Amino acid sequence: MSKVIKIKKGLNISMLGTAEKIIKKADHADFYAVKPTDFQGIRPKLVVKVGDKVKAGTPLFYDKFQPEVQFTSPVSGEVTEINRGERRAILEVVVRADATIEYEEFNVGDPKNLSKEKIVEVLQKSGLWPTLRQRPYSTIANPKDSPKAIFISAFDSAPLAPDMDYIVKDCVTCFQKGIDVLSKLTEGIIHLNINADYPAAETYTNAKGVQINKFTGPHPAGNVGIQINKIDPINKGDIVWYTYPQEIVSIGRLFEKGIYDATKIVALTGSEVKSPKYYKLINGASIKNLVSGNINDGELRYISGNVLTGSKISKDGFVGYYDSQITVIPEGNYYEFFGWAKPGFKKHSASRAVFSWLIPGRKYKLDTNFHGGNRAYVMTGEYEKVFPMDIFPVQLIKAILVEDIDKMEQLGIYEVDEEDFALCEYVCTSKTEVQSIIRTGLDLMRKEMN
Amino acid sequence: MKSLRRYIDKIKPHFEKGGRFEKLESTFEAFESFLFVSNKVTSKGTHIRDANDMKRTMIVVVIALIPTIIFGMWNVGLQHFRATGQEGTMLELFWLGFIKVFPIIVVSYVVGLGIEFAFAQYRGHEVNEGFLVSGILIPLVLPVDVPLWMVAVATAFAVVIGKEVFGGTGMNILNPALTARAFLFFAYPSYMSGNAVWTHGMMNGEGIIDSYSGATPLAEAAAGNISNLPSVAEMFFGTISGSIGETSTLAILIGAAILIITGIGSARIMISTVIGGLVIGLLLNIFAVNPFMEIPFWQHLLLGGFAFGAVFMATDPVSASQTPKGKIIYGFLIGFLAILIRVINPAYPEGVMLAILLMNVFAPLIDHYVIEGNIKKRLKRAKVKA
Repeated sequence: MSKVIKIKKGLNISMLGTAEKIIKKADHADFYAVKPTDFQGIRPKLVVKVGDKVKAGTPLFYDKFQPEVQFTSPVSGEVTEINRGERRAILEVVVRADATIEYEEFNVGDPKNLSKEKIVEVLQKSGLWPTLRQRPYSTIANPKDSPKAIFISAFDSAPLAPDMDYIVKDCVTCFQKGIDVLSKLTEGIIHLNINADYPAAETYTNAKGVQINKFTGPHPAGNVGIQINKIDPINKGDIVWYTYPQEIVSIGRLFEKGIYDATKIVALTGSEVKSPKYYKLINGASIKNLVSGNINDGELRYISGNVLTGSKISKDGFVGYYDSQITVIPEGNYYEFFGWAKPGFKKHSASRAVFSWLIPGRKYKLDTNFHGGNRAYVMTGEYEKVFPMDIFPVQLIKAILVEDIDKMEQLGIYEVDEEDFALCEYVCTSKTEVQSIIRTGLDLMRKEMN
Repeated sequence: MKSLRRYIDKIKPHFEKGGRFEKLESTFEAFESFLFVSNKVTSKGTHIRDANDMKRTMIVVVIALIPTIIFGMWNVGLQHFRATGQEGTMLELFWLGFIKVFPIIVVSYVVGLGIEFAFAQYRGHEVNEGFLVSGILIPLVLPVDVPLWMVAVATAFAVVIGKEVFGGTGMNILNPALTARAFLFFAYPSYMSGNAVWTHGMMNGEGIIDSYSGATPLAEAAAGNISNLPSVAEMFFGTISGSIGETSTLAILIGAAILIITGIGSARIMISTVIGGLVIGLLLNIFAVNPFMEIPFWQHLLLGGFAFGAVFMATDPVSASQTPKGKIIYGFLIGFLAILIRVINPAYPEGVMLAILLMNVFAPLIDHYVIEGNIKKRLKRAKVKA
């Protein structure tokens, strides 16, 4: 088979609270939500109002820029709340779920016999089209584009990441069906990128119509952006699409059953979870029942996603559309006397100036303390150690800060996404908010190009 | 600690906007965050942050400098006692050096930090920790008998002209500590060069015995008096005359080890500087036409401020090249030029300072070409595809 691509630069942050390999069925959640903020670059237009009855698969809102793309309810029930934030931006459309779910029926067939147009239409109507995203910009894919390839990162390397092989191990048929759907959408190759460090799930190894690539190395080896960069880098004008294993399973299930069944498996992780496990639930579920009675006391940070790229949610918040992981860690809002001068055996750092490196193999209980204040760039060479692309990260960031479009393009902005810079942000001694700078740059670039 | 924390929380409102002492907000913040790491939590982006911060980074550099500081103080005493023909215990030597050197350190810190605090407040920033390092580097590259007012003037010049006019820490083009030294070197040459300035007490000449010249080995070498050079061991351990912190290659190597192990100093720059120095040393040996050019090439590493410059000055991340490839070129050229200036230009035997300052100016240019290379590679990839 294909050769193994070795990622040398990067950083594994080993934390306490990895999910034990047990899948439990989550208790029925009362509320579910679709969050427009999960989707990059859309402008949501509501089609429901509070009090409306919806089925699983009924549209809740659509994107003003791509009206065909529907964002649908994952369950049947009643729309109870539309939460808005600053400048009335819609944050959450909340649905109270029925005891038994009723589904919208979609007219599907064997994807092998369907035209591309039909497949696109079904995906858009069902609410599964947003599972396909594109690089550059990490926005929802545009069906009018023909991507040069589709990339699937089949493993997650982030801190406490769920084992994706384990999650999809029983979904062989649905996964294959999903791949069949994808193969109708591109003329190019479908890359299935697996971890070379352990034998991959049969779901992956038996998949037909894909090219399997093996990766090994520290995080961010599992980031699709890194994988694209190593296999078939994006040049100006190129578009590639990407998606993830659970999304493919959902697509497969749609074409199998003709309904939007948003069931997925989410790992509940983090040092503050009493028994971290995998939970089977419906996408968008409130985590209230999941965490109650299962977490330690104290002031806690609930994250939908991982600690590097996830979004902060409340303790009765909702699972993000793309997330396969919930992380609960302690908040770090305490003062520490001479904290910067202590040896720091219990703290994690990429640098050896914090002496926890003397105790190898330690798993850390990390909190949200900022560990310092914002500074101008002083140190150099830090980002480069955790950024495995042939791109100068600091120079790209500086180009974004001065809004130099040409330089941004020359330095490779098309190839990157926020998540690829998450480790840079983590290790930064100057505590720069790197991910948000990159997002600004991507938005600026997208505006400039359209 | 709780009572201290309570006290700080109590007085904090006075220093915030609208408070009685709002003009001291940055200063208060600096002291507060010195005592207590802030309770600030992550709000967007990553939810966890690396435990390393600027304070810790800078303090590691200061720790790496401690061997040279301690040795430097002792050596000040040693040179003085040698010059006056006295004998003294280790403690006596160190104590003499301490009372001579400590005031210089205090003046450097007070003046430099004072200006930094004022600028931080003016800009509405938090005080940057950069000067913690510059403030100790400045005394270490000066001769021991430099008048304190000169230290003050040079520090003020370095911080204001060398750093703040460019926007403060992180924005400066030249290494602030070397800017201070260069300022004194050109403004008050009689206090910064010659044979008398390096040993305490020689400037006023009282009680100095005739056989003691005070000349640094580098000056002896530059004058062609190769036979007057101390032994290699003496030059390595540093029992020679010179600037306060530059003499002991051993102490500097301990510092280098600390910087490299913690990853805070760039090993890339240190090693390439040494290689640059060795290469030009070898070339000079090959084409040797005078005694200075004949001294074994590796001995240049022990002379003058070469080791100190390579480990503590060239590696200043702000004024050095920032790209990995750039760092190698930058370091190599520093080593190369330092020895070249030292040997070829008799007016400036201390070529290290000038070589580093010169390469500070060229560092952005080196980076520019390294980055252009990356851009071209990307363009080429796009074309090959198309």
